[in-house]
Amino acid sequence: MNRTWTAIVLAGIGTFTMRASFLAMAHKLSEVPPWAERILRQIPPAALAALVVPALVRPHGEFDLTQWRLVAGLIAGLVAWRTKNVALTLVLGVGILMLLQQF
Amino acid sequence: MRAGAASMAPMLIGVIPFGLVAGTTPAAVGMDVWDALGFSIILFAGASQLAAIDVLSRDGSALLAAVVAWTINLRMLLYSASLAPYLAHEPLRRRLMASYVMVDQNYAICVTRWREGKDDPKGRAWFFIGGGLLLWSAWQLATLAGSLLGSTLPEELPLDFAVPLVFLVLLIPAINSRPAAVAAVVGGGATVVGYEAGAGSLSIVCGAVSGIIAGTLAELALDKRGPAGPPAPLEDLS
Repeated sequence: MNRTWTAIVLAGIGTFTMRASFLAMAHKLSEVPPWAERILRQIPPAALAALVVPALVRPHGEFDLTQWRLVAGLIAGLVAWRTKNVALTLVLGVGILMLLQQF
Repeated sequence: MRAGAASMAPMLIGVIPFGLVAGTTPAAVGMDVWDALGFSIILFAGASQLAAIDVLSRDGSALLAAVVAWTINLRMLLYSASLAPYLAHEPLRRRLMASYVMVDQNYAICVTRWREGKDDPKGRAWFFIGGGLLLWSAWQLATLAGSLLGSTLPEELPLDFAVPLVFLVLLIPAINSRPAAVAAVVGGGATVVGYEAGAGSLSIVCGAVSGIIAGTLAELALDKRGPAGPPAPLEDLS
């Protein structure tokens, strides 16, 4: 097996194990205690922001607030917030970035 | 299953360009269609596929590529924990199927719906799997198309920007309270600090965990002081 496929299989096994971890044991969990519920609630905003923010403020591998991805991302965020429309947000976001890149 | 697929349909507008990138990137570094599909079918996790391909293209070892992918996907461990209470009553086989198709999109949408008490608990696993299978099919087709089209896609089309935008449209509705806003600000900020400090892909997990801790502390502080109290002290653990 070459290097690429070794990586694919290793990465795949590990990722499936993480995805299945708690779900596979879910029947053994009784009621989720309130303190755990409190922590679990924070996962979506924290994890998603960890993926989004670097892509907007350091898209090319270094911190830079003077590039168009941040501008397009902020506009897209505003559109997402006001309209809750996924399609519109994505099309506008990529479209605005394309336009801005012409400058 | 159909309802789950319908709930995920708007996400396709982001998933298809992202999948195209998952196909063009391996092609750009000299991998063939089977390699690209191997990543998409076996790993089925976009950000980590791109990162692993990046490592391999820089002559990194297979193990390093896998470790980078695991690190990026550690958040799935959190998702799994967060979904478990809602799917505990489902048979193991269904929970494992749901695990395979778990991605950011169906996680974020389902956890929001179920927290609000939507969807009959009996149908939750199939709802999740239905949405996941729609995303999965689109992902494989887009990977295949991207890998075959490769460099014929126009250079000026910033398809890769669809990737953070997908996460952005999931993030905005997730910020539904002050503690959630704290979790997001600290999570995002700490991740950037991590990258700047040279932590690489590990920054995502460190940043997310910092955000979770900060959000939890903020919620505790707000509970104690009431909603009008001063902002909670934050700890940046990166």
